[in-house]
Amino acid sequence: MEQSFINELKQIVGEQHTLSDRESLAVYGYDSTPELQSLPGAVLLPGTAEEVSRIMKVCHGAGVTVTPRGSGTNLSGGSLSAGGVVVQTSRLNRIIEVDEENLTATVEPGVITSVLHREVESRGLFYPPDPGSMNISTMGGNVAENSGGLRGLKYGVTADYVMGLETVLADGDLLRSGGKVVKDVAGYSLNPLLVSSEGTLGFFTGITVKLIPKPQGKITMLAHFPALQDAALAVSAIIAAKVIPATLEFLDKVTIKCVEDYAHVGLPLDVDAVLLIEVDGHPVVIAEEAAAVAEICRKHRCSFFQTAKDADEALKLATARRTALSALARLRPTTILEDATVPRSCIAAMLQVIQGAAAKHNVTIGTFGHAGDGNLHPTCLTDERDQDEIRRAHAAFEEIFDAAIAMGGTITGEHGVGLAKKKYLPRLVGESGIRVMRGIKNAFDPKGILNPGKIF
Amino acid sequence: MACAQGERRSPLQGNIMDYVKLINCMRCGMCLPACPTYRETFLETASPRGRVALVRKVQEGELDQSEQLLEYLSLCLDCQACASACPCGVNAGELVAEFTCERKSGTGLGFMEELILRKLVPHPDRLETSMAPLRLYQRAGLQKLVRRLGILKMFPRQLERMEELLPALPSRPLRQEILEITPAEGVERGSIGFFLGCVMSLIFSDASRATIKLLSSLGYKVITPRNQVCCGAPNMLGGDLAGLQEAARTNVAIFEGYETDYIVTDCGGCGAELKKYGHHVEGEAAEQFSGKVRDISQILALHARDLAPLLKPLPLKVTYHDPCHIAHCQGIRREPRELLRLVPGLEYTELEAADACCGSAGTYNIERPEMSDLILQRKLDNIRASGAEAVVTSNPGCLLQLKKGLADQLPGVRIMHLTEVLAMSMEG
Repeated sequence: MEQSFINELKQIVGEQHTLSDRESLAVYGYDSTPELQSLPGAVLLPGTAEEVSRIMKVCHGAGVTVTPRGSGTNLSGGSLSAGGVVVQTSRLNRIIEVDEENLTATVEPGVITSVLHREVESRGLFYPPDPGSMNISTMGGNVAENSGGLRGLKYGVTADYVMGLETVLADGDLLRSGGKVVKDVAGYSLNPLLVSSEGTLGFFTGITVKLIPKPQGKITMLAHFPALQDAALAVSAIIAAKVIPATLEFLDKVTIKCVEDYAHVGLPLDVDAVLLIEVDGHPVVIAEEAAAVAEICRKHRCSFFQTAKDADEALKLATARRTALSALARLRPTTILEDATVPRSCIAAMLQVIQGAAAKHNVTIGTFGHAGDGNLHPTCLTDERDQDEIRRAHAAFEEIFDAAIAMGGTITGEHGVGLAKKKYLPRLVGESGIRVMRGIKNAFDPKGILNPGKIF
Repeated sequence: MACAQGERRSPLQGNIMDYVKLINCMRCGMCLPACPTYRETFLETASPRGRVALVRKVQEGELDQSEQLLEYLSLCLDCQACASACPCGVNAGELVAEFTCERKSGTGLGFMEELILRKLVPHPDRLETSMAPLRLYQRAGLQKLVRRLGILKMFPRQLERMEELLPALPSRPLRQEILEITPAEGVERGSIGFFLGCVMSLIFSDASRATIKLLSSLGYKVITPRNQVCCGAPNMLGGDLAGLQEAARTNVAIFEGYETDYIVTDCGGCGAELKKYGHHVEGEAAEQFSGKVRDISQILALHARDLAPLLKPLPLKVTYHDPCHIAHCQGIRREPRELLRLVPGLEYTELEAADACCGSAGTYNIERPEMSDLILQRKLDNIRASGAEAVVTSNPGCLLQLKKGLADQLPGVRIMHLTEVLAMSMEG
């Protein structure tokens, strides 16, 4: 990038908030996506929405691309830039308001998700989306990727909570959409378009989210199933019994073995599946729900069922699920975590596809994830130095994605398309889908400077 | 250098040492919220995964060991909070320390480093003698005079900083005072080799005296070999690997001469280093030595049932600060808290972010005072919020750093070593 242009950017955000040394560019050349990297031309850390707008104007004029970045924890390459400007939101980190009358919170994009959790929970309120990276992920990133999390089954995902957005457009102009009103049918609904736009339509500078009252209680349960099919049927039966757990998480045999080898939590190695179930809400209601869950698991031939008596025991029961990724990731140097998602009735079939693909291509895949909402995380344990194994891993995933599409599912439930899944998107949405998406992109960003090369 | 967006990389196939440790980092970012310097700056270059990436890129030949790169790496406290947070078991702090140490070893020691690390640190007598002028300086009232006249302002910032951190020194180092063998009280349960850290002996001798008292009260014969030398941690910091190995061999040989069940230290930094002797030097003796090393809290917690009846009421509201060298490097968190809860009348409050570094980190507070102060400020804010009358910890670096911080901002709050609290309760 031309030094004169970098100097122009420095005028906007200040010398100290403009990074262009080789070392900085190198470490901003990646996010959490395995195998991908590319070098940006400069990294900027603006301190106000007005500075963001000025950055956009200057870049728009010069035809330089802009890629928004929160904490760089996304799993689809969405925050990578090839030679353009990366704009990090970390200094835009104020919680502007928690409105207890309207049950909303308004934040800047760099606010850390768990910081918002703590703030609203201290007032007896609740912001449910809880992606795995919530201790460092930013609200801006969560909105841009439409992040999910463990509580998705009962509470939905980020999109279900976004009420209002303040967005700097590609030319630096400001767009306000939605707000604190529950009902709003004035014109096109722009929020759903902007949520999960992966930084390709605009740069969020203000986000208003819906809050709900904090659930009063929670009961945690753990069940072991010798047969995979029984675990899958139990998941469907729980929902069919009109119990919607806040968490309904699953571990497969490969994951169970890894967890046991690593954490020694006492999981039997002869079971095919473990379910971690949490119900939350009014104490009387959850007691009934927990009893129903226990009954269903027993009916479906679980070999072990435990209900936590207190918070400590709940934590213990959740250990296996919490250590799943660590246990898997330690096995080999490179960990490719995917998020193929299917209707929950297809979980058992999907697991069979995953096991089949792993065997056929001779790779190790452990699967855990959000069984309740059909969002599985097949995790391939490999070594990036072994090019042949990497090729086989991608071949296995290709089969898994194709199967997910065939079952009426999707190639990505919560990580986004970014660069990593570009090639699969046309298979899912078809030519017409891509055409409409391109049209929307052109309407927002005709010069194509916002996070180019992502999604399609 | 520049590559196309999202280009798939073909990494080195080479056999560079520790390369696998570097590529084990999957860049997930779980370390980011745990890292004190990332929390202050939100810069990738100041984050554990960023540091691993920088070291990796040097190994892969994509980046040079530029001054800028070393400057970024030097911001690391080596607190290893990242290691506790990492799902894949990558220890970014240790990797950076090893990289820096290796690089320094390659360039050889400077004159001052040679003097301090080779001529002073490994020789307790010389180290103690070198502290004598300081003791005199304090006792003669010169310290107050110097502070008042601001003479130190004429000296470099680092010297001023060192002077500020220095608390009142005991009249003599503990090493010269204590018996080489302290007998067990009552029936002898076993023998403990006591590793007396340099700073504990020179500055916090009351705490180490308390340690010995507690151990002997619990029925241990305590052996404190007078010829033991510094654990070698300063050598590691200074990039003097050979010096570290020399220290390890000397200490292993000395303690081998005694029958001991455990080798115990009340210094978190020493404990972390002693437990790695088996890794630093060859031979079964070093491995056996490391296998016997325990932090004092581990031994005391082992005998909690016997310790409890010895404790008398101590009405004090305390909180506990986890030293990085204890919590992150040795994984000890439960024991100190359990021990504090044994003390009747003592009110324990958990400190917010208790295992976050206090900014001391060896000589970091002298070398990087600005960052150290930011990190210390968070700790002090949390201590204030805890409402504690005393902060308990068990590492001399933290004791020094917090002592100064508390004196400046929370003069009513005391700082105490864990064994001091327990001994105080025992004495009633």
